[in-house]
Amino acid sequence: MTATVNSRLPGELADATSSDASLRRFLHGLPGVDQVGAEARAARLGTRSIKTTAKAYAIDLAIRMVDLTTLEGQDTPGKVRSLASKAMRPDPTDPDCPATAAVCVYPDLVGVAKETLGDSGVQIAAVATAFPSGRAARDIKLADTADAVEAGADEIDMVIDRGAFLTGRYLQVFEEIVAVKEACARPDGTSAHLKVIFETGELQTYDNVRRASWLAMLAGADFIKTSTGKVQPAATLPVTLVMLEAVRDWREATGQMVGVKPAGGIRTTKDAIKYLVMVNEIAGPDWLDPTWFRFGASSLLNDLLLQRTKMLTGRYSGPDYVTVD
Amino acid sequence: MVPTGSSDNVFAYAPAPESRAIVDLQPSYGLFIDGAFVDGNGTPFKSINPATEETLAEVAEADERDVETAVKAARRAHTRVWSRMPGSERAKYLYRIARIIQERARELAVLESLDNGKPFRETRDIDVPVVAAHFFYYAGWADKLHYAGLGTSPRPLGVAAQVIPWNFPLLMLAWKVAPALAAGNTVVLKPAETTPLTALLFAEICQQADLPAGVVNIITGAGATGEALVGHPGVDKVAFTGSTAVGKAIARTVAGTDKRVTLELGGKAANIVFDDAPVDQAVEGIVDGIFFNQGHVCCAGSRLLVQESVADEVLAKLKRRVETLRVGDPLDKNTDVGAINSAEQLARIHELSASGEAEGAERWSPACDLPSTGFWFAPTIFTNVSLAHRIAREEIFGPVLSVLTFRTPSEAVEKANNTPYGLSAGVWTDKGSRILSMANQLKAGVVWANTFNKFDPTSPFGGFKESGYGREGGRHGLAAYLAADEQDGER
Repeated sequence: MTATVNSRLPGELADATSSDASLRRFLHGLPGVDQVGAEARAARLGTRSIKTTAKAYAIDLAIRMVDLTTLEGQDTPGKVRSLASKAMRPDPTDPDCPATAAVCVYPDLVGVAKETLGDSGVQIAAVATAFPSGRAARDIKLADTADAVEAGADEIDMVIDRGAFLTGRYLQVFEEIVAVKEACARPDGTSAHLKVIFETGELQTYDNVRRASWLAMLAGADFIKTSTGKVQPAATLPVTLVMLEAVRDWREATGQMVGVKPAGGIRTTKDAIKYLVMVNEIAGPDWLDPTWFRFGASSLLNDLLLQRTKMLTGRYSGPDYVTVD
Repeated sequence: MVPTGSSDNVFAYAPAPESRAIVDLQPSYGLFIDGAFVDGNGTPFKSINPATEETLAEVAEADERDVETAVKAARRAHTRVWSRMPGSERAKYLYRIARIIQERARELAVLESLDNGKPFRETRDIDVPVVAAHFFYYAGWADKLHYAGLGTSPRPLGVAAQVIPWNFPLLMLAWKVAPALAAGNTVVLKPAETTPLTALLFAEICQQADLPAGVVNIITGAGATGEALVGHPGVDKVAFTGSTAVGKAIARTVAGTDKRVTLELGGKAANIVFDDAPVDQAVEGIVDGIFFNQGHVCCAGSRLLVQESVADEVLAKLKRRVETLRVGDPLDKNTDVGAINSAEQLARIHELSASGEAEGAERWSPACDLPSTGFWFAPTIFTNVSLAHRIAREEIFGPVLSVLTFRTPSEAVEKANNTPYGLSAGVWTDKGSRILSMANQLKAGVVWANTFNKFDPTSPFGGFKESGYGREGGRHGLAAYLAADEQDGER
């Protein structure tokens, strides 16, 4: 199984995944993250002042990066249809307002979303692998994934086995990601994009976040994602900083780009712009694109729309002027 | 996967200038003596904005007669008011000053940036908040001096002559004035001739706080004014921050008198990065160490000592990071590196950088457009530097980093200590025991571990060797302004 993975990696990285021991040596050999320094850097980037044309650009870019999400037990087909319509035309009064990147739903609602979205270009992301806890047998996780792909999901958001990761069974986590990646394959030879969720609120340390990032990239993740949104704290600026450093360093080592998706807790335009500044200054402007950076969010979109209207008209409207779903 | 980044969609930050309307600049300023602004007897001089070379204001020059008046006013205020006032009452004035500084923080930050050339981001987030913190901190000490470790009733020294540099005009004022006043001394302070304006605004704040006349006197001028002040026989205590050359001259002047002296002078700090360091944060610390305040920092980490096994990786990351530094308009809220403070300093940086190239070091700077007026110097990194090069020995006091490598911890210590200075050092490693052992061996007043250029009023600061003597900040800083009770503090 690992042979196919290894073929796309430079020798030393391929060697790292040859056994549990070598994987541990590799991950623990990564440079540490100083908590105080990382948090200070993130806070300082947060003081950048983004105004006028830069702000307008950032707001439209942020809208294009949103994975508009609903992940509730009470979700209904009606709600998902409404969400999908909103993703395609976030601001019904302004045809120039860009669409969001994707909608993100549970696997059983992928079909409903697909009916509405059609070939609009808005992607369908499905959470899979016993989301959000990841506590199920591997064959069930794989079936969950295959089911979502078959229903038409363009992107799969999987969760890692945090229990295995925190116990140090890195190869188990690695092999599971590789297996899920294989389950993302479609009969026509294409494959759904795989986002790997770490649930950084459970990993706790920045050293763990960096190790999880490299582990997922070694296993072939297309995107690395902070959180499910079901555990607090969800996405934070310093966690995202560490992940952006990881994808930047991965590109340096392999030439491959991997995307980053902070999810959960990003609610305001101000927050979103802080993330974009960080993407720009840490990973670089190449990542300022929905192909490489996403926001997992539900309420963020409405604030972006309110701020966008403010930029265009000079006036604030209120929450009654954007749709709730 | 093929990278298909959108490099055409560059996220260019629009200008975000802080308004200077909050600063009410007068065309000319007098000397602040005995609670009022008075004309000076010397020849007035101009203070300019180093980012644009525009004249900001004309400032009076104090000559010997003005120094005499100021020292007399300070003596009178000390004898009649300030030394007799209970510590708890002095504290009230200091707390009041601290609060006014906070209330007028934006105004002070803009003015400091205008007069000095440093980025508004730094004056807003570092200089002015730390200034207020110093006054708050020493206000707390004013009625607790018997806990300062100097006996049960330590006494003030009298009149303090304080001469401060241009790199942190208001912060150096706070470091000097706050402990002096808390301990019951009165002061005559001379700010640097290129950056007098925030000190004069501070004089207004003293008026606003109803500080008794003569407790704080601020006289402006250049070297001659400073000499007259330091040499004045009515002065009990001299506190100086600035160059080692001037520090030595001051030490000669006061030798043979019973004036107390503290000197905080130059530095050529080693910032030591071990192979197990948190690399990304170390890179950030290197940048903070040398490019903070355009490198106009006496404790700047101007010599990077990096372990050979990680040197290439650290340098590659460092250069990438330096490429993201935004150099330009100091008042733009997104500017990271501002203007060099004066034409004179710029010439010195040019001269030393040229010597670095001539002596065989390799020079690198990121591509950056520098403004056409004003004094500017691009962030610069020298590699292949040897300890014998002038750029590894002399204080450049600019945004210029000299990179050296080492193989073993003992070599790092040897190289770090091989300097006539000893103000600060940095150690980057994940290993706690190594931090402690390095801190024991480094001959530097401050050793930062996994951080750099962090300042706090509770922490003492000062140098070894030619970096000076005495400590400022913390409980230790009080010792510079108090006589222990078994001695005779007053003459």
